[in-house]
Parts: sequence; C-alpha cells; structure tokens
Amino acid sequence: MAEIQIKGVAKSFGSFKALHSIDLTIADQEFMVLLGASGCGKTTLLRIVAGLESPTQGEVWIGGRRVDQLPPRERGIAMVFQNYAVFPHLTVYENIAFGLRMKKLPQAEVDKRVKRTAELMHIEQLLKRYSGQLSGGQRQRVAVARALAMEPDVILMDEPLSNLDALLRLEMRAELKGVLANSKTTTIYVTHDQVEAMSLADRISVMNGGRIVQAASPVEVYRNPAARFVGSFIGNPPMNFLPATKNGDGRYHVAGIALDGPSKGGSRLEFAIRPEDLAIAPGGLKATARVIEPLGAHTLVTSEVEGALFRAVLDSDIKVAPGDELSLVPKADRIRWFDPETSQAIN
Amino acid sequence: MTAAVATAAPDKPRAVSDIGRAGKFLFWISVVLLCAWVLVPIYLLAVNTLSSPAEVTAFPKTGVPSFDMGSIQFFLSFQGVLKALWNSVLVAVLTMALSIAIGAPAGYALSRFEFPGKATFRLLVLMTRAFPLPLLALPIAVMFIRIGLDDTPVGLALVHTTLAIPFSVLITFSIFSGIPLELEEAAWTLGCNRLQAFQKVVLPLVLPGITASAIFAFTISWNEVFAASVLTVQNRTLTAFLLQSLSVSPLHLRFAGGAALVVPALIFIFAVRKYMFAMWGIANR
Repeated sequence: MAEIQIKGVAKSFGSFKALHSIDLTIADQEFMVLLGASGCGKTTLLRIVAGLESPTQGEVWIGGRRVDQLPPRERGIAMVFQNYAVFPHLTVYENIAFGLRMKKLPQAEVDKRVKRTAELMHIEQLLKRYSGQLSGGQRQRVAVARALAMEPDVILMDEPLSNLDALLRLEMRAELKGVLANSKTTTIYVTHDQVEAMSLADRISVMNGGRIVQAASPVEVYRNPAARFVGSFIGNPPMNFLPATKNGDGRYHVAGIALDGPSKGGSRLEFAIRPEDLAIAPGGLKATARVIEPLGAHTLVTSEVEGALFRAVLDSDIKVAPGDELSLVPKADRIRWFDPETSQAIN
Repeated sequence: MTAAVATAAPDKPRAVSDIGRAGKFLFWISVVLLCAWVLVPIYLLAVNTLSSPAEVTAFPKTGVPSFDMGSIQFFLSFQGVLKALWNSVLVAVLTMALSIAIGAPAGYALSRFEFPGKATFRLLVLMTRAFPLPLLALPIAVMFIRIGLDDTPVGLALVHTTLAIPFSVLITFSIFSGIPLELEEAAWTLGCNRLQAFQKVVLPLVLPGITASAIFAFTISWNEVFAASVLTVQNRTLTAFLLQSLSVSPLHLRFAGGAALVVPALIFIFAVRKYMFAMWGIANR
C-alpha cells in the first residue's frame, strides 16, 4: 500500500517560485500524470517526491510515512529518467541488478528478478550488452526494467518517452501501460504530451505556473475543464473561446446568436466549445472559412468569427473553400462557460 | 526535362563513404605526418644512443643502430645519475598524487555545486600560471630553507604540484561535467548514498580522464627544470642534473641523457595507456 500525499509543498529557486503550495493525494496503485508546458513545475514536483530536490515548504508522505526529510534511497521509490541514465560502464544485466545488489539480495534472487524484468521488457537477449551498444528504445527498456526490478511501492517517470521517435513512442506507451498496471505500483508520470497523458492516466493533474489547475480523470479534464487554461491546453486543436454578454432576457449573446447560459453567471462571460462539437446548420455562429485542412476522417476548418480565430472539426464530406461563409451550430450540452476575470469554469 | 535532371545530378553532395582517391590519400598522408612528428625524434634519439661515440659524429649515417652499449653504460655509471633518476621518479609520482588529490575534488565541486565566486575561482586557478617561475623561485627557496623543505623531493613536488594543479582542476572539471548528473541521481534512487554513488558510478567513468590528468601532472614534473635547479642541490632531479653535467659533455652522452629522460616517461605512459581509453564496451581493445 503506497498512497502518496503531497501537503502544501512549495518550492522557490531564489526569488522564483517554482511551486505554489501544492496539495495532491495519489491513491494506492493509481496512475497519476502531471501534465503541463515546460517550466510549469511538474518535474520539480516529481523530483521533490523522489527526494532529489527538497521542498521549501510542505510535507510529502508515502504509504503513511513522512519522507520529505529522507534521502531518495529510503523512500521506497524507483525513478525512470528522461535521458534514461543507464550506467554506461555496466552491462544491461548489471544495470538491472544494480539496485538489487545495493539491497544485498542473494545472487539467486538477483538473477531471478533480473531475468523476470528483462523478459517483461523484452530485453532478455541484450543482457550482456553495454549501453553504448543499445538504441534509444532499448535503453528506455533497460531503464524501466531497472526500476521494476526494485519492486518499488512508487515508480516515478520523468518524460520517459520524449526522446523516442513517434512510432516507438506509441509502441512503448501501450507497453508501459500494460506493464505498470500489472506491477501494482503507484505511478507518477510527468509529460508535456497531452496524448500520452490522456492515454496512460487514471487521473491527470494539469499544471500551470507552479499550480495544479485541475486534477481529474482524462475524460473529465477534456470535457469539463476547470479553467480556461485547461481547455486551451488540452485537445488538439484546442477549445474555441468567444466573448459573451448577458441580454435583458437572461440569455447570452455570442457573435450574433443568443444562447442559454449558466444561471449564476455575471454580465460578461466567455463562451467555449470544442472544435468537434460544431456542425454546419442554419442559425449558427457566422464564420468565414480561412484554411481548410482535410485530415482523412475529418476536415479541420480554421475560420474567423468576429475577428477571432475559430476552429471546427467537420465531417470530411463537406464542401468548403477559403472565403466561404459558414453557419456553425454548437452542440448545446457541450458548451462551457468561463468567468473572464478568474478564468474559472462556471456551471 | 531529362536534360535538366542530367545537369542537376553532379551537383548532388557525395556521401562520406564514397570519398575519392584524393580524400584517402589526404587521410593517409595526415596519419603518416602525425606519426612521423612523434616517432622520428624518438627514433633518432634511440639510434644515436645505441651507437658508438664514433658513429654518432660520423657521416653519412646508416640510420641503423649498432647496439653499442658504450654510451649507456658510461652514462649510467656516471656519478649521481641513478640517484637523480630516482629523485625524478619520486618527485613526479608525488606531484601526480598531490595534484589529483587536490585537483580532482576541486574539479568535482566546480562541476556539481553552485557557490559564489565560482567563475572567479576558475579564472584564478588559471592565473596561477601567469606568474613566471623565475620570479617566484627565489622567495620560494628562501621560504623552503626557513621551514626545512629545501633540497627535498617533497618540497620540489609541492612546487610542481602548483604548476600542475590548474590543469588537473580544469581537466577533471570537464571530465566530471561530462558525466550526466542523472547517472548519480539514478544511483541515489537505487539505494546509494552520495559516496557510494560516486564510487560505483562516477569513479569508474572518470578513471580514464583522471589517468590522463595524472599523466599530464607526471610529465609536467618530469620535464620541469627551472624550479628543480634552483630548489635542489644534493637531491637533483634528472633534468636539473643533466642540465648541470651534460652541457659540457660530448654529443653521444647527451643522447644517452636524452634517452634516459624519454624512456621512463614512455614506459609510464605505456603502463597506464589502457586507462586513457574508454574502459567499457567496444573501446577497450
């Protein structure tokens, strides 16, 4: 059992506040992804949990034990680094066995665990090689095998797939998900790749400017962004935003059409809709098509609505040309509203 | 259309693998020149050392040594040569040990820790080489006489260490900087404390570089003649001894002396050569 609790963790580098009082609980065996643009503090948070960085404030608990003052080796964690950190002077076998030998396990047990994790990561045939004789993908497998062999309570991964090429990344992603689900460890996984986050996570913590903006399941984060930032960061293409003003009758005026808004909204709001939740029908938002990109299954139409950029993912059957006037109708149940002052969602 | 393609074709850059005959010729000429640069002086030294005194001064040269051991025998039986040789080795080894013991931790600190004045320190380390040794030799001699370090191998080794330290600090700094911090961090998460991580991960990786830096310190000390001449009287090192005795000796003895200077250094480098190359994987052949 290894629940991770992060309580009021803050970190400053000089005058720069990298993390502002983070509170986060990660359940036992949960796969938590920290997602954010570079510089948002996600790696710093991971390194604080690992013990490679000490928090300026706050506490870290792993499995009911306060660990923020302990060195990394006493925290029951294993970590996979972005550049793999496979020891170049040791064979693959000795790399995987490294942590086990530090634990002073008997040779038979070391051998058993190395063989098993190597098999799991499909690197049995590489055990005698050195890191210099491996490809990037193989090094990645060694790094993961080395972490798994420790049988840790918690596995921490810092952008483990970002150095792999696209096809390999896709393959490793699926494999990692299977392996980690079977290993029954709690996982914290840092990435800036939203597709990776969506596909791997039980829960995603979206981070921005040293704060966690939203921590929820991938579908929840996608469908109901807690803040404007989440909507604009997640989804490719991202959410569309348009200003909205309250009419006399309590409805909201958006680019020439009236829509039912939230009951407790103020006089000015921001209307938001995902590009795929739009359809061409009469009585919609007046849009002027600018760029048409056929993507096979869909066609991405980048248009202008009242001078603002507005994207729609439409059926690939439609016939549009740049300059055409479109009428885009948003699906009523997929419309989201944000407060322009606080950027928070309003239900 | 086809004409356009045909004229465009020769414009394509060629792959490195099909460099022409001229390229290969240039490559081998460079290899031969570089080897000759190092080997020819050593060869001439060897030939003249292993020839009889008459052959050394004779003309034309045969270029083949007659393996006449006369010069060497005379040189080695010369009063004080063996002692000077022993002093040189002692001072050079002490210099090597001291400059690594002091320089490597400084290099590690420079590469791994942030501290105020780091950039200044790096500059100052180099600045120590800006003071000409003749300027410092007299005050150092006076000081050594006061504290009893004059005419001792340890005293001379200290001076040579100050000459070698800028290099050992900066060489080890760049070596440690070449070891990604993640390797150490990975070792920490795998159960090592700071010292164990250093021993098990960093040390094996930096050993070739440390060795190179040690050899450098050794050769600096081995070749140094000025401080050695000023600071030693009875316990002369080989360079100082040769400077004093051989300037008035015949040519064949000078060659023997030169060989005596070169051969131990060659043997030493040969002994530690494998540590200078990468020690893992394919490179260790």
